Amino acid sequence: MLMYVVRRLLQAVPVVIGTTFLIYFMVFSMPGDPILAMFGDKTPSPAVYDALAAQYHLDQPFIVQYGLYMKDLFTGNLGTTFSGEDVGTVLARTFPVTLKLAAMAIAFEFITAVVLGLFAGLRKGKLFDNITLVIGLILMSVPIFVLCFIAQYFVAIKWGWASPTVGADTSFANMLLPAIVLALSLFTTSMRLMRGTVIDTRSRDWVRTAYAKGLPARRVIPVHVLRNSLIPVVTNSAANFGVLMVGATVTEGIFNVPGVGNTLYQAIIRGEGPTVVSFVTVMVLAYVAINILVDLLYAVLDPRIRYA
Amino acid sequence: MPKPEHYVAPFDENEMAEVDKVKLDEKPSNLWRDAWRSLRRRPLFYISLAAVFVILLMALFPSLFTDVSPDKGCLLVDSNGGPTEGHPMGFTRLGCDVYSRVVWGARTSLAVGLLATLISGVLGVVMGALAGFYGGWVDSVLSRLGDIFFSIPYILAAVVIMTTFSDYRNVLTLAFAIGGFAWASLARILRSEILRVKSGDFVMASTATGRTKFGTLISHVLPNSITPVIVYLTLSLGGAIVAEATLSFLGVGLGPDVMSWGNDISAAQTSIRTAPMTLIWPSIFLTVTVLAFITLGELVRDALDPKARARG
Repeated sequence: MLMYVVRRLLQAVPVVIGTTFLIYFMVFSMPGDPILAMFGDKTPSPAVYDALAAQYHLDQPFIVQYGLYMKDLFTGNLGTTFSGEDVGTVLARTFPVTLKLAAMAIAFEFITAVVLGLFAGLRKGKLFDNITLVIGLILMSVPIFVLCFIAQYFVAIKWGWASPTVGADTSFANMLLPAIVLALSLFTTSMRLMRGTVIDTRSRDWVRTAYAKGLPARRVIPVHVLRNSLIPVVTNSAANFGVLMVGATVTEGIFNVPGVGNTLYQAIIRGEGPTVVSFVTVMVLAYVAINILVDLLYAVLDPRIRYA
Repeated sequence: MPKPEHYVAPFDENEMAEVDKVKLDEKPSNLWRDAWRSLRRRPLFYISLAAVFVILLMALFPSLFTDVSPDKGCLLVDSNGGPTEGHPMGFTRLGCDVYSRVVWGARTSLAVGLLATLISGVLGVVMGALAGFYGGWVDSVLSRLGDIFFSIPYILAAVVIMTTFSDYRNVLTLAFAIGGFAWASLARILRSEILRVKSGDFVMASTATGRTKFGTLISHVLPNSITPVIVYLTLSLGGAIVAEATLSFLGVGLGPDVMSWGNDISAAQTSIRTAPMTLIWPSIFLTVTVLAFITLGELVRDALDPKARARG
């Protein structure tokens, strides 16, 4: 297991270097003045311009610039947002909120996907299966911001069951609506994976043996079918995490949840290039880290991976 | 116990002969013909195909669907107005006809979606084919490169690119921003498919008859591993359209003057309480378009996967 952990961590090194290099390259080595480009149609004051040039080490050769930027990144110096706040401070304030929202969304998504996927798989080809397939297909096609507005308009504005925006109060009840919207956007892939795995597991020898021993379905299904079908759905959260980050950016923006995503959303809307770049970098690094964690989790759950 | 008599049916009484006779009249089956046959039996296939056709028509000839200009002659008197004669979906906040804007918006979504899918398709096929077929250091380098692109969610990458290139926002840069980062999963899929195909005898036969390695890749290996690519590309077309709409919604798409569903939804969000339909109509068109492409992709996948067909 230790060997596997070491190998997986070593594999991540080129990815971390590559992704940060790529983002840095996209922003800073394009033709034209990168700082002016970051401001879009606005013009920065000379003081801001000089500060940014120093911050991104634009007076140095490109490779040195990148090295210094990496050093900053790993010593926690992530630069400042447009309003002059330290990015690290903003992250410390907003990250717990996003984490809570994401945890709620993943919990909802996981429970509904497992339950509905299990029943759809057990009733393959029946009415229930077809209904969940169609609902899944529709949920997969609705862009997340459309889903947000539909929820906001009907649930919050028209029926008044929830507040249309979250604001400063990040209690469980207040974040329920954005969390459910996020969960719905993740639901289909997990549900289908669960359904497919259940269909596959149900025809395995050990399930037949369990039935042959005379065990009733109420024991075979939860113990032998459900438990053995869970691993792919658990690890699918890695693939979902990328969707979740983009989803959180839009959802937090529309519902005004004071999280990391909302900070990025506001920066994108206002065209604040440097803030966008800092936050995207942080999100990409988080994505890489989550992928490593999920691979390790996979290895814990399934010994075959460790020795492959 | 009497021995059972061994009875041999005369050839023309043999049921198998009948079956064989029928089979002889049929054209030999192959993957594509089987797929087409199974597609033709699905009513959903015709529905989604019809939807795709209508949207394509809208994108190519918007004037077939509406005579009202989407952005000229808008009167602020009509701001957020409800449906009237000749304007079935009401008016936007700036007093433009919602139906006309929705029809004209199809063009942007389709152009960006198709172009982005094409770009990610070409990149993914080249990278995946070279990595899978040549193996060795080529594979190592290309696969690590793919890992890097795979680790950046492509909408976030597109946000960074479009923020940086805010002066050069056009269909091409937007398509490159989306497609240029979406190819890594296709490359992975094709690579593993090629690894499976290239050990086949026909590949060895091709090189043994003197064809170059590259020639073998192009004329034998790729055509035999192209099915997952087609399925993936049909499905990702829907994703590319969503990406365009999301970027436009975030204000880093094609700029506010361009007619696009994402832009219209973004502009309508301030009036969500007073005129929700100006937001809901473009949303419906966007969702139905994506749904049509994704359904088509799913059906094509089912049809091209003989194992799924056998399972029923």
